Amino acid sequence: MWSLFLRDIRLSIRAGGGALTGVIFFLAVIATIPFGVGPDLNLLARIGPAILWIGALLACLLGLDRLFQADREDGSLDLLVLGDDRQMLALTVLTKCLAHWAGSVLPLVIAAPLLGLFMNMEPIGIGATALTLLVGTPAITFIGAAGAAVAVALPRGGLLISVLVLPLTIPVLIFGVSASYGAVANPDPFLQPFLILAALTLFLAVLGPVAAALALRHGTD
Amino acid sequence: MRLIAENLGGERGGETIFSGIGFVLEKGQALIVTGPNGAGKSTLLRVVAGLLPVAAGRLLIEGGAEDFPSVASACHYLGHQNAMKTALSVAENLRFWRDFSGADFLSAEQALAMVGLDGIGHLPFGYLSTGQRRRAAIAKLLVSRRPLWLLDEPTAGLDKASEERFGGLMREHCSEGGIIIAATHLPLGIEGAQGLAMGEAV
Repeated sequence: MWSLFLRDIRLSIRAGGGALTGVIFFLAVIATIPFGVGPDLNLLARIGPAILWIGALLACLLGLDRLFQADREDGSLDLLVLGDDRQMLALTVLTKCLAHWAGSVLPLVIAAPLLGLFMNMEPIGIGATALTLLVGTPAITFIGAAGAAVAVALPRGGLLISVLVLPLTIPVLIFGVSASYGAVANPDPFLQPFLILAALTLFLAVLGPVAAALALRHGTD
Repeated sequence: MRLIAENLGGERGGETIFSGIGFVLEKGQALIVTGPNGAGKSTLLRVVAGLLPVAAGRLLIEGGAEDFPSVASACHYLGHQNAMKTALSVAENLRFWRDFSGADFLSAEQALAMVGLDGIGHLPFGYLSTGQRRRAAIAKLLVSRRPLWLLDEPTAGLDKASEERFGGLMREHCSEGGIIIAATHLPLGIEGAQGLAMGEAV
């Protein structure tokens, strides 16, 4: 499993891996918001956490279609599915999700504090948003894996995955943003939504890979 | 170890591709599947591997013991695609499959030497020619031990010398008690192999 993780990380870093595509998309979304909204600093600070979360969510979805498709095109996916007896397919999927998250989504989390400055956010708000992104984005990857597995055989599956996955990511978005607001707006709680967000991630870490493994197993042709 | 197929049928997308295929392969035996394009050779191999459901009849492996309880766990499947990443080096690719498949056999370097590719393990897989890619994919069969080899047109793109070398590897595999099922149009140079001619496309 470790070797699969390393292989996917290497692939995402090397040429054509597209690890930076998400970050650049994220940057583009966040950098254009102040121009669109106007120079109202208070407004920017207020909507900052939500904009960061929406940007990160969309950037997460961007690279998901390649999660299994690249392996399908070169025939690796057949062998990963055949290895089910030795390396449980759900664990293989989980490993691929973690590698995808570390390779493509973790850079977004690292870039988020910098982009938070563009939105005139307070340091504590920036910290809280980065923390909620760190905890919440794996959930998006796990849900996305199930969508990617369903759409793996489709040539232009990227949009379909986004449409399939987006409604399911709404709870993650709601609790991520409300926890981020809770850290800055005083009467709102931080810990409760944050713990629900963590619970969502743990829950989906089990459900997503199992669902994706089922879809992959029955989707081979 | 023995592989038995009885009255096997396969379908793709709800359409029957073949039916009534039966064979018994003992240790050390090979089966060469021939037939025109669209006869269902690849489908048969994918059904045997377990990538497609068995539509009719049954397929079982006997004497696999704990190591190889199912056909999928006992087989190497070499499909049309090479299952190697173009961005990684040949040796990295092979080492990955060695770690992932378990049951280590040869090291990546030894396996490359067996297919006549020694000294190019450091090159990215994407830089290789078609024939070299196929040979690297064949080296994948050697890095972990599996008794059953399922080969789909294994010699596509190989030159004469490589074909003969691969014939030698297959004979060695059979003499060590392995089983081979190969779909091919070209003679593979395995003596005493059973033949299975699949009919016209339905």
